[in-house]
Amino acid sequence: MPFDKKHILGLGELSAEEIKIILDTAESMKEISTRDVKKVPTLKGRTVVNLFFEPSTRTRSSFEIAEKRLSADVLNFSASQSSVVKGESLVDTARNFEAMGASIMVIRHGMSGAPFVLAREIGASVINAGDGSHEHPSQALIDIFTIREKKGRIEGLNVLIVGDILNSRVARSNIFGLRKLGANVRIAGPATIVPEYFRDMGAEIFYSLEHAIENVDVVIMLRIQSERKTLEYFPSLREYSGLYGLTREKLSLAKEDVIVMHPGPINRGVELTSEIADDPGAVILEQVANGIAVRMAMIYLVALGESL
Amino acid sequence: MGVLIKNGRVIDPSQSLDMVGDLYIQQDRVKEISKRIDAPRKGDTVIDASGQVVAPGLVDIHVHLREPGYEHKETIKTGCLAAAAGGFTSIVCMPNTNPINDNASVTEYILLKARTEGIVNVFPIGAITKGEKGKELADIGEMCEAGCVGISDDGMPVTDSGLMRKAMEYVKPFGIPVITHAEDTGLSAGGVMNEGFVSTELGLRGIPVASEEVGVVRDIILCELTGTPLHICHVSTKGSVRLVRAAKKRGVKVTAEATPHHFTLTDKEVYGYNTDAKMNPPLRTQEDVDAILEGIADGTIDVIATDHAPHSQDEKNVEFDLAPFGIVGLETALSLSLELVEKEIITLEEMIKKLTVTPSEIVGIERGTLVPGSIADLVVFDPGMSRTVNPEEFSSKSRNTPFSGWELKGVVSNTIVSGKVVFSHN
Repeated sequence: MPFDKKHILGLGELSAEEIKIILDTAESMKEISTRDVKKVPTLKGRTVVNLFFEPSTRTRSSFEIAEKRLSADVLNFSASQSSVVKGESLVDTARNFEAMGASIMVIRHGMSGAPFVLAREIGASVINAGDGSHEHPSQALIDIFTIREKKGRIEGLNVLIVGDILNSRVARSNIFGLRKLGANVRIAGPATIVPEYFRDMGAEIFYSLEHAIENVDVVIMLRIQSERKTLEYFPSLREYSGLYGLTREKLSLAKEDVIVMHPGPINRGVELTSEIADDPGAVILEQVANGIAVRMAMIYLVALGESL
Repeated sequence: MGVLIKNGRVIDPSQSLDMVGDLYIQQDRVKEISKRIDAPRKGDTVIDASGQVVAPGLVDIHVHLREPGYEHKETIKTGCLAAAAGGFTSIVCMPNTNPINDNASVTEYILLKARTEGIVNVFPIGAITKGEKGKELADIGEMCEAGCVGISDDGMPVTDSGLMRKAMEYVKPFGIPVITHAEDTGLSAGGVMNEGFVSTELGLRGIPVASEEVGVVRDIILCELTGTPLHICHVSTKGSVRLVRAAKKRGVKVTAEATPHHFTLTDKEVYGYNTDAKMNPPLRTQEDVDAILEGIADGTIDVIATDHAPHSQDEKNVEFDLAPFGIVGLETALSLSLELVEKEIITLEEMIKKLTVTPSEIVGIERGTLVPGSIADLVVFDPGMSRTVNPEEFSSKSRNTPFSGWELKGVVSNTIVSGKVVFSHN
């Protein structure tokens, strides 16, 4: 089956087959990263623009490296230095880059659905690098890729996501993707940020981390995003960390070969203790390394679709 | 000079009339309705209404005309053109213009513009508080003298219950209703669509049904306290319908309206981040739609009103969070209301009642009737004729509708205001 999506806007929009194609392609891309010359000419002569309307270090660097390894010309745009402050609309901004010849746009935006506006209004392929509280498909694909690498499969695994589910785009993308590939997804956190509606998305809801973690293969700890006003949903970071912070003791209730993931950046001592962050069972830095391969696959596949 | 409308099905709920026959207008008044009115006099206009319905001109008590201040969205002129094209002969306009209609000079400006440029009747609503800021009462008495037919801070609900009570007490001697956009803004803060499964999937901040229902409860209780007639705008939830029904049962002077979009669509329309499905109150779930339909059928919902809220395409073609709330409604309302008849929720006569005499009574205007001697505001429409909704053909300045491309029944052939044909469709 060929991959014929022009855009990658979210895992909610992809089929299980399409997700598998991205993961398989990422495996070949990972091999490129082991070579001496970590570059292929696939996107030579094409322009990719990274439109970042929200600050990001890791996602943007990771996309940029991925684009460069595919030999694309790369333009970086971030809102702080932008004409957005002069009142230019999202669509007009994107049209300017299109006029400069950009055929793929990677967009990070603080508002849910912004990539959909672009996909509807412009001719270029759009890759969602995180939109509001909606989706963060590349991060979830990295998580799923890493889990598959470690566990050899996704189907039947028990995966627990802990933290601010309500405001998390990583959680939504992971729930969509993991459910499509047959994993059992549990979510845990304070009731104010773990809404009941997620049950209809196929997740099992827990308010106690001790209960939730029993028998799980994978724990994904979400960052408490203080910039998203998460703090009004529970009394204090101290209370949060006491109830939902991952300690070695709580982790011992999971399966013995449990792996711990975190999309970063970590608040050490809040979501997890330093000893866990630095534990061999934590695959946080491997996630970062896999990020490049997964993002190369995403760009490669939409570029392929575009040239067909 | 007169107008003779021949062979139409004349339906006028104000006099329980439903008959096939002729209607004669002399100057600006309805002169006669009977089985057969003979050959017209010289200079009379004759309209053949065979197979069509002849009804009082429709009355919409919830319209945003945007002038003064937001003329790029709509003007009094274009809003009136849209009304006429949709079969409406009287529209009641909300005060959230710029400046806000919170004093008599703005009211007079609107009425002057309407007289000189508008082709249908315009009745303004005055603000409850100065600048719709919820802090101090607007010049309610003077606005009432200038021609306002009700007061409302539509879109910016009065959060201070004490002030709301004072407004309701103060307005009582003036004999005009308080029209409430019921919402507890603490519960809806930051929300852009209905809170539920769809908002969860889309990662959009939700507006819970509770935010409307808490508002409805408060205003019903204040209505009981003060005895001032209360009209509740755009009911969108199952709970609100239940609350209004219970209040009416115990004799509270409350009336309620529903919009065509709230009785037709659900929050699923938002999928794809469709900003033409963004309005406040938001589209809810099928359960809510069903409850509203029930409320329409049993009379809990008295009125169909559009909440016509024009916005330019540039304003709507942005990130969902940034898009303004609201959709246009004047040119689709009749067709969407006819769906209620088609689905046997209500009869054609009941539908016309909710679009003519009842809304007129609520705001106390002498319209919505064909009783001989009354002002000749009429609509003639073909209820069976199909059309495809094409926003490019709208008379409104704006195109923000979720019904684009819909195949709907009901085509207005003539709209008559004070005996003059102001719109006709061939």
